[in-house]
Amino acid sequence: MRSLLAALAAVLTLATMALAQDAPGPLQTILQTYREPIQKSSRTTVGPAIAALAGSGLPGAETVLQAWSDRSLWVRKTDGFFAIAETSGNDLALTDVDSGQPIGTAPKADFDQLRPNSGIKSVIASAMVQFQLSSPDRATREKALASIARDPSTDQLAPLRASIAGEADPVLKAQKERLERLLTLRFDPDEAARVSAIKSFSGDIGVDLRAALNPIVATTRAAGPAVPQGANVAQMLTPGSSALSEDEAKALLVSAGILPPVITPAERAKALVANIVDGQVGGVAVADLDSEANRSAAYEALEVAGAVPPAASDADVAAAMSSAVFYETYAEPSPAVTDAALVTLRSVELRLALNQFIDLALDALSLASIYFLAAIGLAITFGVMRVINMAHGEFIMMGAYTGYVVQQYIADYTISILVALPAAFVVGALAGIAMERLVIRRLYHRPLETLLATFGVSIALQQLAKNIFGTQARPLTSPDWLGGALTFNDIVSISYIRIAIFVLALIFLGVFLFIMKRTRLGLEVRAVTQNPKMAASMGINPERINMMTFALGSGIAGIAGVAIGLFAKVTSELGQDYIVQSFMTVVVGGVGNIWGTLLGAMLIGFLQKGIEWLNPSNTLAAQTYMIIFIIIFIQFRPRGIIALKGRAAGD
Amino acid sequence: MAAASTRMPLLRKHPSLLIFLGVLALFTLAVTLMSEAYGPGIISASFVKTLGKTLCLCLIALAMDLVWGYTGILSLGHFAFFGLGGYMIGMWLMYARTRDIVVASLANGALPPTPEEIRDAVAVQIFGVVGGNTFPTIWYFASSFWAQLALVVLVPGLLALVFGWLAFRSRVTGVYLSILTQAMTLALALWLFQNDSGLRGNNGLSGLQNLPGADAIPQSYVSIWFFWASAAALGLAYLLCFWIVSGKFGSVLRGIRDDEARVRFLGYPVEGFKLFVFTLTAVLAGLAGALYYPQAGIINPAEMAPIASVYLAVWVAIGGRGRLYGAVIGAAFVSLVSSVFTGGRVPDVNLGFYTIQWVDWWQVMLGIAFVIVTIVAPKGIGGLFDWFEGVKSPDRKGEPLGPDDGALREKEAVE
Repeated sequence: MRSLLAALAAVLTLATMALAQDAPGPLQTILQTYREPIQKSSRTTVGPAIAALAGSGLPGAETVLQAWSDRSLWVRKTDGFFAIAETSGNDLALTDVDSGQPIGTAPKADFDQLRPNSGIKSVIASAMVQFQLSSPDRATREKALASIARDPSTDQLAPLRASIAGEADPVLKAQKERLERLLTLRFDPDEAARVSAIKSFSGDIGVDLRAALNPIVATTRAAGPAVPQGANVAQMLTPGSSALSEDEAKALLVSAGILPPVITPAERAKALVANIVDGQVGGVAVADLDSEANRSAAYEALEVAGAVPPAASDADVAAAMSSAVFYETYAEPSPAVTDAALVTLRSVELRLALNQFIDLALDALSLASIYFLAAIGLAITFGVMRVINMAHGEFIMMGAYTGYVVQQYIADYTISILVALPAAFVVGALAGIAMERLVIRRLYHRPLETLLATFGVSIALQQLAKNIFGTQARPLTSPDWLGGALTFNDIVSISYIRIAIFVLALIFLGVFLFIMKRTRLGLEVRAVTQNPKMAASMGINPERINMMTFALGSGIAGIAGVAIGLFAKVTSELGQDYIVQSFMTVVVGGVGNIWGTLLGAMLIGFLQKGIEWLNPSNTLAAQTYMIIFIIIFIQFRPRGIIALKGRAAGD
Repeated sequence: MAAASTRMPLLRKHPSLLIFLGVLALFTLAVTLMSEAYGPGIISASFVKTLGKTLCLCLIALAMDLVWGYTGILSLGHFAFFGLGGYMIGMWLMYARTRDIVVASLANGALPPTPEEIRDAVAVQIFGVVGGNTFPTIWYFASSFWAQLALVVLVPGLLALVFGWLAFRSRVTGVYLSILTQAMTLALALWLFQNDSGLRGNNGLSGLQNLPGADAIPQSYVSIWFFWASAAALGLAYLLCFWIVSGKFGSVLRGIRDDEARVRFLGYPVEGFKLFVFTLTAVLAGLAGALYYPQAGIINPAEMAPIASVYLAVWVAIGGRGRLYGAVIGAAFVSLVSSVFTGGRVPDVNLGFYTIQWVDWWQVMLGIAFVIVTIVAPKGIGGLFDWFEGVKSPDRKGEPLGPDDGALREKEAVE
């Protein structure tokens, strides 16, 4: 009893002494415990130290970690005492790691600075996420969430859950809850929790959800004598079926060690060459080794002699294939989880397909409005005057170059676009008038010659543009407010330039309809279209009307050039790329009717996007198929979708 | 008239045929005697090739004249047939040549090669550039010269037959047909531009100038042989075309050109005539291509771009359409002048403030010349011959009396 009391007294004395000697606080204790790995500064060994600091739940842990990361954590050389310090001259202003109180200064030479490398810094950063999740600064919390979403891991689940209750911002709270469910479905040890988290996402189309679910349903294939115990089997496979070809089955057997490696013809040839003895290999003359049968016979002879490793014969392969089972397993061991994930993915896919369809439709609509813009001028000249203008594409090109030249003089992109649009109209219209007066007027009644002559103009204009602007592409920069895209969700989005082009196309449709139906010019144009002689007898000057029509059509081509130049590079071949599609639009839609042109543009735009969707890797083939489709379409409606009726339809 | 033409020999009735064939023969003889192979070598082998290629272009221009100048179908797709013919013969040339090289290199190995090894090595040699190592199905006949030669005729012929049948039966005419043929050409070119089209994408087929198994024969001989073949093909095709257009058949063709509806009402199967001419000219174009590309050495899809067919129309228009020698003259004249200007052999013109480089300005000139010819001289160079002979075209001035383009005009009716 006495000895016990004595011992107690001794302990108490010791404790008091320690206190008097400034007993180490809890953080200091942790740091001291892991002193060696911390000072060694290696990413592979420092993990437990950081985990212990972060998991200590102490209020000062964040500060210490931050200080370590910022290189302001120092350690005393003599006894390994850690302190946060700031340099002032040759001295350090020390701060206690636990209390955060200044504890005086010390000479720099007594301390070592901890210099964490970038690897350690990243480990510290991920450990600090839990502190940042509850940080009072909203931006910090947002950043922490993004960093978890980018690189999720098991140990983030607990801090994330803990931080949800205290979250005041409703947006961040929703984000945190979603992220929590995403982490739960991947990392929660409780199967039921994972299943319910997966089920809660039914019909969600977020990319993050698919990124979380896909690893769960990822499968691997294997072959073996039997399915291993406890494997979560996705399906059994039969060799030779569409799911598993004979060759794939053979490869699986080889990798399972059931079959010896299948020898390739090149390896076999090498083995044969290595075993040539007196001009013979395995009893077969070298000169006879010019057929598959002889070579495999020679190799088998070598196998029997033991000169080469055995290779699987056809009989071996057949036997192994019938005895082994082939199966596909999930990496995820729990069937309940994989089943739930599959169900959710199926519901996601349905929603996804719908959204992709909407996105595709938006794409097709914008393509259709580009074709409409390119074709509307053509529709006017071809439809109203029956004059085919092969230089139409070059008028588009001239419009685009006009936009480029204007941008060289006006630096502000918004103003320059506003100037370029009317300037391109004027340039196009003037070119159109010049061509009408010089070429087309002399060739009325000779449509094929008109086509050829305008082709001549097109060749000359293209080369002229090349001579002036060079062969390299010129940029036509869109103003900032046209940058970016209108995003509805992860899948459906459309860039503002495409919206602008769509609006422009609508405006032109409106302007065209207004001119044709509500103005004197439109009335006269329609009269000349129907019967030039009768119109002339009524006092209309058909030549003037033809000129005006041509100017209008060419001017619109110029504006279309500016619009197209905004998203495509401006080259001398710009117009050529659109001319065939423009003609297709007009021909498919039906000549002489603006609604027909609209329908034609829609048909071609949607068709092209549809074919691209079926065969996304190959846009060249998509264009080929589209042209073939149009050639066949013309068979059934030679006059286009909307055909003119009556005598105006011609022959 | 028809009875007279059966009694009178073709040659006596049409001296121009004899003149043309005579000039062609003399030209061939002259080139042969001046070539490196059979003469003092005044004309280099490469220039013989240029001349041979020009003869092939004359051949396709002849086809174009038959289909456009005589039948009134402005096809902007004949260069597609030309290219297809070139591809068909090119497949055999490339296969056979590569096979020779592969067999020679494999023969140095320790083991004699198996047929499978040879086939795979050839495939890797040919398709390695587009990331392939097996032969696509369309190369099934590539090992056989005669099969590929048959395909030179069959592939363009069948394509023209199917396309023409579809187009003509739905009465697609005039500019619509032109645009449709242009679309066909574009579709074909885009298809061939893909790497997995089986024809090496935009790399095309190359090394076609080397005849398989003829490594020992110098190019000077090979070039003159191809020149002869081209000249013979042109002469025979000229005879064939002349025979077609000079008889009753030719009259129907011209009738279709001038007023298709009227010919139809007279009871002629217009579609059949058009389809025949379209297919025949496609075959001629294919043959021309098959002779052209071994002399050019390389073929790629860019050669089949729609603009090439437009140039074809330009040649025929400048030479004078509706007369066979006009097409030949146009093709020879424009393509030779073009190669002179674009070859950089014409000195630049310094205007002080600007130096005209003909390589840059030749196309501008060609385009403008074409417009002027179309407007001012629709008869082209061939019109000069009429002028020499004092033949004048009817003065078709005045307003048309009928609704169609070919209808009589006021002054003609008065006479």
